Amino acid sequence: MSSSDRFRLREFAVTSLTKYYEGLEQVIRTDRMPHIFCPGCGLGIILKGLAEAILKSGIPINRHVGVSGIGCTGRLPGYLRIDAYHVTHGRAVAFAVGLKLANPELEVTVVGGDGDIVTIGGNHFIHAARRNHDINVIIVNNFIYGMTGGQYGATTPTGSYTTTSPYGHVEYPFNIPLLAYASGATFIARWTPIHYAQMVDAFLQMFEHKGFAVVEIIAPCVLYGERNRFPSYTDMVKYFRDRCVIDHEADLRKIGISLDPKEPLVIGNFYKVRRKTYEELYKELIERVSKEGAKE
Amino acid sequence: MKSFHPRLLKPGRYFMQGNIATAEAALIAGCRFYAGYPITPSNEIAEWMSRRLPEVGGVFIQMEDEIGSIVAVLGASAAGVKAMTATSGPGFSLMMESVGLASMMEIPAVIVNVMRAGPSTGIPTLVGQGDIMQAKWGSHGDYEIIAYLPSSVQEVFDMTIKAFNMAEKYRVLTIVLSDQVIGHMIGKLVVPDYEEIEIIDRELPDVPPEKLVYPFDNSRLIPPMPIAGAGYRVNYDSLTHDERGYPSVDRDVSFRLVSRLVRKIRENEKAIAEWEEYYTDDADILLVAYGCTARSAKEVVKKLRRENIRIGLFRPKTAWPFPWWRMNELSKRVSKIVVAEINMGQMLHLVREYSARDVEIVHVPYAPGYMPPPSYIENIVRGVYGA
Amino acid sequence: MNLEKLLVPVGFLQISPELCKGCGFCIEFCPRNVLEFSEDVNSRGYHYPIIRKGMEMSCSACGMCQRICPDYAIYLEKVEKIPAKKVIR
Repeated sequence: MSSSDRFRLREFAVTSLTKYYEGLEQVIRTDRMPHIFCPGCGLGIILKGLAEAILKSGIPINRHVGVSGIGCTGRLPGYLRIDAYHVTHGRAVAFAVGLKLANPELEVTVVGGDGDIVTIGGNHFIHAARRNHDINVIIVNNFIYGMTGGQYGATTPTGSYTTTSPYGHVEYPFNIPLLAYASGATFIARWTPIHYAQMVDAFLQMFEHKGFAVVEIIAPCVLYGERNRFPSYTDMVKYFRDRCVIDHEADLRKIGISLDPKEPLVIGNFYKVRRKTYEELYKELIERVSKEGAKE
Repeated sequence: MKSFHPRLLKPGRYFMQGNIATAEAALIAGCRFYAGYPITPSNEIAEWMSRRLPEVGGVFIQMEDEIGSIVAVLGASAAGVKAMTATSGPGFSLMMESVGLASMMEIPAVIVNVMRAGPSTGIPTLVGQGDIMQAKWGSHGDYEIIAYLPSSVQEVFDMTIKAFNMAEKYRVLTIVLSDQVIGHMIGKLVVPDYEEIEIIDRELPDVPPEKLVYPFDNSRLIPPMPIAGAGYRVNYDSLTHDERGYPSVDRDVSFRLVSRLVRKIRENEKAIAEWEEYYTDDADILLVAYGCTARSAKEVVKKLRRENIRIGLFRPKTAWPFPWWRMNELSKRVSKIVVAEINMGQMLHLVREYSARDVEIVHVPYAPGYMPPPSYIENIVRGVYGA
Repeated sequence: MNLEKLLVPVGFLQISPELCKGCGFCIEFCPRNVLEFSEDVNSRGYHYPIIRKGMEMSCSACGMCQRICPDYAIYLEKVEKIPAKKVIR
């Protein structure tokens, strides 16, 4: 592609974003368009939704920080014109904890895939949730390791075919909202990219929420779909459109995802509770120590 | 003029444990974030930091593992706060992934590795010097770090401050390779007047945030570092990246980046490397030792010098960069070199690599867990000397 | 109902064939079925959306296509208010 072609594409993307929502082109790095995501991937929509939520959040863009690990989703914050850190596989939550503790003014958002956050990074995820750090975690769950070519992960539904489960997957998957709840997360939501307005709204609630916020985005993935009853680019989004049931009061124990054509896929803003964050508690501790003096 | 928090350790003379001296030095150097995971024999550092950091307005957190600890340290440093962690062998192994991360993203940080006997869980409560090579080569790919080798309580204090300074100055990960003996030794510590302590802070971009900033500007060996929230809105990437921080698979981009990452230390190695020489002027036998082993080695030199045996001690104070030019010069003047360390031969490789070809090199390995007594080294030196 | 007086919005779409990766989300989610895949392919070999023959005035300007396009390759260029009579067939 020549540089003038690239420039024209960039101009188009800028116009398209501005026409959609004024200012989006300031938050998305249009000089990196087109992005690397596959046709049929939901990450482009999530990127736009997150950018829109950042603009609408009322928090200055300079205070937003994106952190991600490795994988398709790990590339997402790099397309946002904010301070972004693309760290090693699974470590995004731990890096975000350091950022937030060092500067509590920052609005730290981790964006990662299911493999990144709940598989290799599972330990960091559950412990950060337990400590209730005031950070946001967006888990884009596409049921598979996309960037490496379609291997099974911790959320791959039982029976699925992947490049490393050619005879069908024999493990049970994580139910992310339940895992987050059990670990101590204080805001839990699940949406899909085609529920765009609700997704943006969940991002806004997540920014507003003080505490460990988890938003699971169920994303279409062609690498998962092509082996599992969703052969064309649009099959998974059609499934989401037809089978999604919005239930904010859902019993988290019963919302595991099987991707069975007969089963409903429950989405919604499931849980929200205000509990003192680690940052608030530690600030109180510092004040107490400076008032009462050191422990002898 | 730097301002020092009123609750820092006051200048004066102390009798203090090595690990606590390490923690106090970090606070004086400006460290305000500590993330760690309990591991013997480094625990006193975490315990002391958990008590002292809130007093000076800093943050202590005990993470879920060493991987999370070092990553949180890098996160804090990315937000502009000087940060450290302390660990020992098994934890240091877990941190290797992030040694590469720190090098790639050029985030300054300090790891204090209180070395213990290995391999694996080894002997947690006893000394080792088996992490010399791992400190430099443990993570994949090409990178450079700085590693100090303290051999007394005073030195672990001084070197910890220096480690923070070097990390900030070169945007590099700096490791203090302390060991169980030094960490648990209670010894004399002199804290000089604050004015005499040099404190270096990282260079920040001097342009306003609206201006474009290249966090990995290759025209400078050490580019100024935009920190999170300062308004520069930059992308830090663990992928091979260009000067903007955007990922790239371009051959030239890769070569420019990785060569700068190593050049920034290699071209400054003469300014960074430190060593001590003891009776090397007329030495015919050269003892090479470091850390706690150097304490035994020094005794040997003292004793044999009384018998007019021409022996000297070369003690590298930085393992990385290794003072190889001095090693080379000294090796040309002596006939024999004896390397003593608590492992099966690690610094031996460096000594071999940089010594003159005709010099005879003898290695004194010692059981991980135990510090070689002077008599043990003495007997080997006598055997080599033929006296 | 006076279809001469009733004004309905009609959207005019801009599509970038080169930015498009041919996922078909816009075609699938268009409530009026205005879009279809092109016969032609772009330089990367993807079929991109085009407006169906005769449907040029049928877009109701709901904006769903530009909302869910993952590649920002389609947008509503302008929305005009047109008497319903001209649109409804």
